[in-house]
Amino acid sequence: MSTATAPVTTRTEGGKRRRRIGDLKIALAFVAPATIGFLVFYVYPTIRGFYYSFTDFKVLSEPNMVGLENYQRMFDDPLVWNALWVTLQYVLINIGLQTIVAIGLAVLMHRLTKSMTIRGLLLLPYLIANVIVALVWFWMLDYQIGIVNVMLDWMGVDRIAFFGDSAWALPTIALINVWRHMGYTALLIFAGLQTIPPEVYEAASLDGAGEVRSFFKITVPLLRPVLAMVLVITVTGSFQIFDTVSVTTQGGPVNATRVIYYYIYELAFVRFEFGYASAISVFLFVILAAVAIVQIKLLRAGESDLA
Amino acid sequence: MSATPSRTAIVTDPTPVPVQKEARKPFGIGRFLAWASLWIAVLITLFPFYWILRTALSNTKALAANSTSLLPADFTFGAFERVLGLATTAEAIAQGGSGASVNFWLFLRNSLIVATSTTIGQVFFCALAAYAFARLQWPGRDKLFFAFLAALMVPGIFTTLPNFVLMRELGLLDTYMAIILPTLFMTPFSVFFLRQFFLGIPKEIEEAAMIDGAGRFRVFLRIIMPMAAAPISTLALLTYITSWNDYFWPLLVAKDESVRVLTVALGIFRSQTPQGSPDWAGLMAATLIAALPILVLYAFLGKRIVNSIGFSGIK
Repeated sequence: MSTATAPVTTRTEGGKRRRRIGDLKIALAFVAPATIGFLVFYVYPTIRGFYYSFTDFKVLSEPNMVGLENYQRMFDDPLVWNALWVTLQYVLINIGLQTIVAIGLAVLMHRLTKSMTIRGLLLLPYLIANVIVALVWFWMLDYQIGIVNVMLDWMGVDRIAFFGDSAWALPTIALINVWRHMGYTALLIFAGLQTIPPEVYEAASLDGAGEVRSFFKITVPLLRPVLAMVLVITVTGSFQIFDTVSVTTQGGPVNATRVIYYYIYELAFVRFEFGYASAISVFLFVILAAVAIVQIKLLRAGESDLA
Repeated sequence: MSATPSRTAIVTDPTPVPVQKEARKPFGIGRFLAWASLWIAVLITLFPFYWILRTALSNTKALAANSTSLLPADFTFGAFERVLGLATTAEAIAQGGSGASVNFWLFLRNSLIVATSTTIGQVFFCALAAYAFARLQWPGRDKLFFAFLAALMVPGIFTTLPNFVLMRELGLLDTYMAIILPTLFMTPFSVFFLRQFFLGIPKEIEEAAMIDGAGRFRVFLRIIMPMAAAPISTLALLTYITSWNDYFWPLLVAKDESVRVLTVALGIFRSQTPQGSPDWAGLMAATLIAALPILVLYAFLGKRIVNSIGFSGIK
């Protein structure tokens, strides 16, 4: 790499050359720590992850190339498909409910109040660790003395084994995370709503449109690009569900909550099948990239209807 | 209050809008229901927090008989004493604890060390890099920045497995370094976040300082950092919370008690509590201890975090 030799002269004559490479030396010093971190902990492991996916690496022994064996095994492994199916169900329940609730809350705030307190309170669960959130709900949903089941009992409804019943376990975990993320998602959407000029609503109101009509005719179409970005963020995050499962059900009952992240974790750190776990990670990587691209295309995230 | 939404950005306070005739809506049934739904959402959000406190101040043995009481069952600080290692085994067992020794002071200290060092390193190194990306002219700048951003696309677990192997090779497992290193130097988000702000600082100020003979590093420390104090402290806050809450990575590389952080300790505490009759008060007390620093930070600096949400998510 060439070094900058241009001396710092007066701004007018030296300016152009300085712009070209003049800052290079100092710039390299500035980006060095971050770039080292980037290369060692992002780039290098990414390359290594691809490499491991073609080996029989088991941590304690040296890796041997096995070609596409891991990928073949993956396609024949019913637990991989189960994990994908479970994860997909989780994402659908989680994102579906969360987005609806969040749009509702965002619109309510937008039309009613700018209160910082309300926004702050709604955001609170998002700042608390997943582990803590999981534990609180684990307690509140306890079969014997959890407040929710005691309330159900009091109302004359049968108690529910939220984490023990394979039909309930996954929706329960999805709902816990709706609780944790609904305020955050609502705030993201709320920020998007602020970009809609109030004159649009005033004009609609003068023309006799009510709140409901304004919502469908103004808010929804103008919110589309914002919603697209919000969905890309939340869906990608939702696919990576791990903490809640790890603390509450650990994949059970049977395989009802063995989501893809948890399955990879078990393969790698309980059974030490790093090569195989890496192959599934590559697969997950491809799925997430595809989902993001499809969402951006479908919702035409780049374009605004406001122009 | 007027119903007209004023066109302020989310950063500003609500400015009093002059009351307009068409803007004032009657407080009808629709508005009542709208307010009611909003408050119900707030209530649902807050109730579990109250329930943590209420349970943590209860005696585990008395919880079953008082499962619906809104007040602590048989009020006691026993659960806190138990998880902080201040109670004797006999006292702990008498109140429904397992009697195993737990010391959340230690885990609290570990979390503080990890979150503090991660935050200081990450924010400082990312600020340096963000400055070079926003303000300096050099070949390859945009390509490198794009590469940083591309790293956002890679799912965490993909780099986690090889990073674990790396830590093992370096002999760092069960050390603070293992937890801290991967995020000490950068995260793509932090670089991106600060670059946006540095782009907005007027160039003339730096140029004036440089004509006076100040070097780039001096300009960065003395002019840019103070001017960007608000976004830098917001980022520091977000980084601290993220680091404090992280569970997956420390679970893999730092299970040993001497370096175990609070989140991992909570998971282990929960798996060790007796299956049939868990020590709920103890669990909730430990949970509260783990959440408290974040709650305190939020109480004082929450406005900053709330205001950062639109930015970090959308742009």
